[in-house]
Amino acid sequence: MKRALTILAVFTALLLAYAFYEAIWVAPMERTMGDVQRIFYYHVPSAWTAFLLFTVNLVASVVYLIERSPKADAVALVSAEVGVVFCTVVLVTGPIWARPVWGIWWTWDLRLTLTLVLWLIYVSYLVLRRFSDSSQTPKLAAVLAIFGALDVPLVYFSIWFFRTQHPQPVIGGGGSIDPRMLHVLLMNWLAFSCFAVVVCWWRYRLEMLQRAVDEAESLESLMGVPQ
Amino acid sequence: MSSLRSITLATLTKDIRLEWRSRDAINSMLFFSLLVVVIFSFSFDPNAEESREIAGGLIWVAFLFAAVVALNQTWARELRNQVLDAYRVSPAPANALFLAKALGNFILVSVLEALMAPLFMIFYNLRALGPAWQLIPVAILGTWALVVNGTFFAAMSLRTRSREIMLPLLLFPISIPAVQSMVEATRIILAGDASARFWIVLLLTYDVVFTTACLALFETILQAE
Repeated sequence: MKRALTILAVFTALLLAYAFYEAIWVAPMERTMGDVQRIFYYHVPSAWTAFLLFTVNLVASVVYLIERSPKADAVALVSAEVGVVFCTVVLVTGPIWARPVWGIWWTWDLRLTLTLVLWLIYVSYLVLRRFSDSSQTPKLAAVLAIFGALDVPLVYFSIWFFRTQHPQPVIGGGGSIDPRMLHVLLMNWLAFSCFAVVVCWWRYRLEMLQRAVDEAESLESLMGVPQ
Repeated sequence: MSSLRSITLATLTKDIRLEWRSRDAINSMLFFSLLVVVIFSFSFDPNAEESREIAGGLIWVAFLFAAVVALNQTWARELRNQVLDAYRVSPAPANALFLAKALGNFILVSVLEALMAPLFMIFYNLRALGPAWQLIPVAILGTWALVVNGTFFAAMSLRTRSREIMLPLLLFPISIPAVQSMVEATRIILAGDASARFWIVLLLTYDVVFTTACLALFETILQAE
């Protein structure tokens, strides 16, 4: 297992380097936005990866509630943590791009608001996990993950209607994309997904080790080690 | 079914009787939302036209904060003398307890709203330009949206450190669509410039979805110890 992880990590590092090279030097310059558009190759893959990880979190939470398997809980925890990191990258790179292109850092547009609310929900999920130290944390967290997932479509509709009521600055929706740009984008997405898998895998191993250590420690104190 | 109803009623009447005798929660909520009204009106100093635009937000934010005061008290009474543990080992359905607590909070927050709404009208010189009767379904659905999840998350945060601060941290992100619907519906009704139907339907959907989720998952939360 450990060898597979190392191989995957090396492969990911090469892929990330290649994707970086493609994004900065190979991809054609965008006509109106110029170089700042290249942040797109980091922004969009991060967003896709974050949404993928949040989906993994939901599935793992449901599996945990049904089967009560500690592995599913560890997967849920890890995917939420790494997902929040990727979502933060999305929320930080977005304004950096928006400032020169739209002239504003932030607008309460559908996708921006939805991403922000998703980020808030998952941060509150992590806060709950941090603040709850009983053995029931996985159960509470899994329930909260399901509540968060139920909330997403409602948030979507509320902002969708709000937005159609109050038109916002035009965003580069619709439109076609240069096939070379699409290639670079997909390459970056592949690299970022591999990166996410590597980080999650590592974090998962760490979490399982930590749990084993905690268990051994509490067992030891129960046995009553002689002074 | 009859045991569900009788246990719900018994717990609800017990809670209301206790609240009626002490009036701790309602008094602190009333005073708290009065303070919010006064502070908001100093901070914004709006004229009649502006206040119609912002009043929906002010009213609901004040009620949301006041509701958290009540929601945090929901389970505290049952923790003393291990009432909750006794409930756990009894054969009574868990949902009866949840429904009683949610309904109790609903009544409490509704009383608060009924007392505070006229005060808002006076302080902000409000007069609805749209169909004012629609504010009643908005208030009922909105209050239920806040208390149903609030009661549930209050039960969840019982098992955490510093539980008083946990409740808003869990409740507010999930409540964003509900709060937006209440605020928008109220603003539209007060300004009378469009139909608030979409927001009322969205609130109703929110209520149905989360009431179902709470009833389906409360047993898991109650048994978590």
